[in-house]
Amino acid sequence: MSHVAQGRGKYGFIAGFLFAPLALYLTFVIWPYVQTFGYSFTNWTGQSPTFDFVGTDNYAALLKDEVFRGALWHNLLLLVFVPLVTILLALFFAFMVNAGGRGGAGGVQGVGGSRFYKVVYFFPQVLSLAILSVLFGAIYRSDEGGLLNGFLTKLGLIDANHPVEWLNEPNLVLWCLLLVVVWHGVGFYLVLFSAAMQSIPKDIYEAALLDGAGRAQTFFKVTLPLLWDSVQTSAVYLGIAAMDMFVLVSTMTSGQFGGGPDHHSEVMSTVLMRNFLYFGKSGYACAMGVVMLALTMILSVITLRATRRERIEF
Amino acid sequence: MTTQSTAIKVPGEQAPERSGGAGRAGKREGRRSEGTTLNVFSHGFLVVWAIMIVLPLIWLALGAFKTDAQIGGSALSWPSNWHFDAFGRAWTKGIGGYFAHTLIVLVFSVPLTMLFGSMAAYVLARYPFTGNRLIYYFFVSGAMFPVFLALVPLFFMVKRFDMLNTYQGLVLVYVAYSMPFTVFFMHSFFRTLPNAIHEAAVIDGASDTRIFFQVMLPMAKPGLISVGIFNVLGQWNQYILPAVLMQPQTSADPERYMLTQGLIQLQYQMGYETDLPVLFAGATIAMVPMLVVYLSFQRQIQAGLTSATLK
Repeated sequence: MSHVAQGRGKYGFIAGFLFAPLALYLTFVIWPYVQTFGYSFTNWTGQSPTFDFVGTDNYAALLKDEVFRGALWHNLLLLVFVPLVTILLALFFAFMVNAGGRGGAGGVQGVGGSRFYKVVYFFPQVLSLAILSVLFGAIYRSDEGGLLNGFLTKLGLIDANHPVEWLNEPNLVLWCLLLVVVWHGVGFYLVLFSAAMQSIPKDIYEAALLDGAGRAQTFFKVTLPLLWDSVQTSAVYLGIAAMDMFVLVSTMTSGQFGGGPDHHSEVMSTVLMRNFLYFGKSGYACAMGVVMLALTMILSVITLRATRRERIEF
Repeated sequence: MTTQSTAIKVPGEQAPERSGGAGRAGKREGRRSEGTTLNVFSHGFLVVWAIMIVLPLIWLALGAFKTDAQIGGSALSWPSNWHFDAFGRAWTKGIGGYFAHTLIVLVFSVPLTMLFGSMAAYVLARYPFTGNRLIYYFFVSGAMFPVFLALVPLFFMVKRFDMLNTYQGLVLVYVAYSMPFTVFFMHSFFRTLPNAIHEAAVIDGASDTRIFFQVMLPMAKPGLISVGIFNVLGQWNQYILPAVLMQPQTSADPERYMLTQGLIQLQYQMGYETDLPVLFAGATIAMVPMLVVYLSFQRQIQAGLTSATLK
């Protein structure tokens, strides 16, 4: 830490610099977070200025709420599959980009044009979820005008008169949304894992190759253990994203704030928003927020614990 | 689920290659041919995913040049209407306004985010005082919580300030919610700056404030650019905060939708009006600035984001 600031009269300067950022942050971020806990024990509607303290009634009601329980289940499914699929694909592509090149005298090499792949793959990451919603809304169209149905019809895989109703099919809708998240996220994690792979010293690979290790062995015995920290961090980030899902579900699926058909794509955030803005049950919505926070925390800890390995230094 | 099967194929496809290189004598040869096969194989998969990224985006942009009947009729039809009228209609249907609203907000929110974020990060990184760590973790922990947790009270907080559906309200909220990442990123940046320069400035008689603005901030320029781009992207693409805070409160209140929010609005509207080329044109207009920003700064974006998350 810096030792230059030992003089007196620094406190005025420190306080001056911290005042505005802290004031904003406390007012608009921290205080609302804290208030949520308080409101979650009330029957506040959001409309009236008065409300009663109802204890844990909201939480008890949540346990009985079929829609919320369904939403919770969908969030848990996404929580498993979003990180799993995204990380597997990103690791696969990162390894291809960084070690899929022609083996020459130098051993493991990246493919030609690796820079190009990284630029293209990352692009979805800078698009807003609103654009993704328009794009995938069009791709999943339930008639032949949808890109997916159009292709499948052309290939003769589906009957032109009975195209697949991707987003209206109860058993398909959640997986269609999962695909959007994966499409969006793979590029970012590819770049992340690539950066981590490139920081691994080349001589470790050379030693492994000299010992006669193949690429697959190199990957599982050398690359993956050294990348473990990044994989772990990624799982937590993707888990947090899978807990949210609000924009895609609320804009791409049917129903007030999405969740259709018949609650088959419902997630906690859409149920929360519907209760807050549509049913006027602010206290109840706050209780859902608290449950979401608790789950996020628990799952982050579980992910970090379950994937804990001995840290390898190089 | 083509994506899933791609991932699962990996070990299986590579396994025979590995045994091919097992023999001691032909090891070198084996490895080379393994490399070549793998190279073709890698390019194969990499190209497929690249197409899966690019093709839908081009297809979306081409949709702006189709007629509504063409869009509904067949996905693979080639556009027949090579005019920009759908873009014009999208612009006048609101995209132009949404664009302007977003720009107005960002012109204030991004510089303010950078200023406040850097000030807090600078003090926390270079001035030891009681409570320093506490305040730092306080700032940084905000990134962990889902924004939904705060949404209901935030709405009423902004309402109490009478700032619902106002630019200044959204600017302040954007700045506040960008603090965790900005402080976190700039904190690690300011820590790496050498002390000697600070000391030299002190000896020259510069005040702390002056040192910050005239010495430290210019030196932190690479970090500022990275985190600045990140904030531009993040605030430009924000959807939930404007969707809750930027709704007209009375009939006299003009709508001040942000671009993301407006695009979703257009999506609902065009569903009823059956003018889908307008929607596709609108999405393309929203996409192009991001494409330009991304291609101009892709090195900084990739380097900045990975360095921040790998720490």
